[in-house]
Amino acid sequence: MAVCDSAAAIPLRDVLQVLADLRGETDVVVTNQGSSRVWPLLTRHPLDLHFNPSTMGGCVPLALGIVLSQPQRQVLALSGDGSLLMNLGCLVSVVAAGARGLTVILLDNNCYDITGGQNTAASSLNVDFAELARAAGFPAVAALDGRTSWQEELTGLMQQPGPRFGWIRVEPALREDLQTRQEPMADQLQRLRTHLNGRPPGPAEPEIGGSRKP
Amino acid sequence: MQIFTGDQIAAELTALGITDVIWIPDTDMGRWESALESEKGLSLLRVCREGEAWPLAAGLMLGGRRPLVMMQTTGLYESGDALRNVVYDLNMPVAALIGARNWLTPHSTDTARRFAEPILDAWQLDWRLIACPDDRPLLRSHLTQCRNEHRAGFILLAE
Repeated sequence: MAVCDSAAAIPLRDVLQVLADLRGETDVVVTNQGSSRVWPLLTRHPLDLHFNPSTMGGCVPLALGIVLSQPQRQVLALSGDGSLLMNLGCLVSVVAAGARGLTVILLDNNCYDITGGQNTAASSLNVDFAELARAAGFPAVAALDGRTSWQEELTGLMQQPGPRFGWIRVEPALREDLQTRQEPMADQLQRLRTHLNGRPPGPAEPEIGGSRKP
Repeated sequence: MQIFTGDQIAAELTALGITDVIWIPDTDMGRWESALESEKGLSLLRVCREGEAWPLAAGLMLGGRRPLVMMQTTGLYESGDALRNVVYDLNMPVAALIGARNWLTPHSTDTARRFAEPILDAWQLDWRLIACPDDRPLLRSHLTQCRNEHRAGFILLAE
């Protein structure tokens, strides 16, 4: 089992509540894995997407796509450490794309929480995710845990020009929180598209060209 | 033989209304880079690993854009779960152009060539092969048809 630094880790619910309070009315929030189960217990918003079922490591690229398509918005991507480790290159892709409106929040519980708390490859290595983000070119980076004035620092991070990266040491989710029943993905996507674009999804899109059978 | 020049592919994508190309190029597609970059109304997005491409495309589509994913067969294999999630869990009608490595190399024993069709079929994707210049119209017709019928559309481009 992974050994998280219990003295420094912040309860996940506390971090998510602060983020929910900081979130602007037109901001999009993409959750993933553990956060997708806990966030809906704290707040609900039509611009929330709980990316589950997902592909591991897909949260940041999906959020990147949203912010590139709607650059007037702020988009918050909540990723776990296990997920981000599967796709570290996405940090470079975010910077390369110039996604100024994107904030990546790494909720680092130092384990694979969903599958029972097993170690990740990084669990015993003290990987400095903030340095990884800086090296990738993120202009705004914060490393936060319970020993810091993390609420104020998180607020400060969100006010800087992006893309932003916040590495936060969190406790694993409460087991009962992970049992949260989620809104079906199809319903989520329809709601999100409607609120992002001001129109219904899919079938309302105009057809293009002539359809020629090969 | 290269079936599309850079200018030809850029024109086709413009005609399809593609707004963003998400890619990791191979040798053949790489020759299109300057044409794609200079095409007005087309944004070229570079990812580090093919598994990023599919959720990135999904995010763009959610926000109202029309992306096309470009990668080689090897990248398709690598990114299979991300593709599965976007096409089947998220029901996103993504469009993709997949470079079929060594397709035009007679007697190639490249396993990337051998598995191209079985893998596309295994993922139950609606795909067409463009194997010679005469097949070029398939790009526009197939991707148009798939989009209008709200399903993912794939082109396998012989290289």
